[in-house]
Amino acid sequence: MAKTAFQEFTKGLWTEVPPYRLVLGLCPTLAMTKQVDMGFGMGLAVTFVLVGSNVLISLLRKVIPKNVRIACFIVVVATFVIVVELLMQAYTYELFLKMGIFIPLIVVNCIPLGRAEAFCYKKGVLPSFADGLGMGLGYTISLTVLAIIREVFGNGTFFNQPISFLGPSFQPFSFMITAPGAFVCLGLMLCIMNILGKK
Amino acid sequence: MGDYILLIISCIFVNNILLMQYLGNCPFLGTSKKMETAVGMTMGVIFTLVMTGAITWVVEYAVLKPFDAQYLRTLAFILVIATVVQFVEMYLKKFIPTLYAGLGIYLPLITTNCAVLGVCFININENYNFLQTLISSFAYPAGFGLALILFAGVRERILLARVPKPLQETSIGLATAGMMSLAFYAFKGMA
Repeated sequence: MAKTAFQEFTKGLWTEVPPYRLVLGLCPTLAMTKQVDMGFGMGLAVTFVLVGSNVLISLLRKVIPKNVRIACFIVVVATFVIVVELLMQAYTYELFLKMGIFIPLIVVNCIPLGRAEAFCYKKGVLPSFADGLGMGLGYTISLTVLAIIREVFGNGTFFNQPISFLGPSFQPFSFMITAPGAFVCLGLMLCIMNILGKK
Repeated sequence: MGDYILLIISCIFVNNILLMQYLGNCPFLGTSKKMETAVGMTMGVIFTLVMTGAITWVVEYAVLKPFDAQYLRTLAFILVIATVVQFVEMYLKKFIPTLYAGLGIYLPLITTNCAVLGVCFININENYNFLQTLISSFAYPAGFGLALILFAGVRERILLARVPKPLQETSIGLATAGMMSLAFYAFKGMA
């Protein structure tokens, strides 16, 4: 049952898309989907960390002793998170301020650690790279979709630009951008995913 | 003194870590199916967070700040948390085996609970002094526990209800959490 790298890539996009199917990494999914730019930025940051840590861990998988593997994974993931943090601080400062503590919290977002434990520690470099890229992009797409729903309905904007076709009589459904709205919205999203794809 | 009471109330209710700041949702959904697991998780989180809160504060102001190495904060804090969790686990196993039997399986989960790392960051970002750090490190997980235990109670009742098939499990859990979050939202008026 050796899957090709391409299959490892595509499974992250639909059949095992992280927040909806695996129910991992929920905290940023709730907190970072208030606006589309936050959701998209978070998705890309996680993708970078995932690809980096997946490749590095699968390269080091023969070196890392089994008993202390979790600690080693955490150090690798934390290193990539610091890289992302510094890069975002340098190039996208406004987004960096808006996302606040959720950037360092990518370390404990279960996705990179979960993939390291379940996948990269056993597989080669190329499948791990494909897996990381697929999972990361799947995560980005899920976050962006949820953020579009919440921002368009809750605020009447898209990427912080007002949307014209909604018309002047549009009243923002402000429940959507509050914390309760985030929970309900994600719950309904999971429900839709359950209806769409019976595995 | 009044400031500290205000801090406790705001940490537990107004800025509830789970329902208002969206931290620690994975254990929230994972351990809320039964009352015992919810209580076990709460105790574990309070226990480790008070210790890690204090240690990370010392690490920040005694090590990272003097050496101007604050960009390493993420790495330093997560290592402190992982070490403390490991240490607590060994200590409990040796000296308080009854408590260990109750908490055992939740302890490793606490390392990746984003509420723990999140509170350590909040303490630093808000420039709390040592006493405030201790208080918030206790009050935030107390709020976490409050929400988790209440939610576990609700969830035990959901088991008896007839939920439409696509909505089952996590989906209805999240929608219910949304309703609870709405209740906590009312505390915002107090601040």
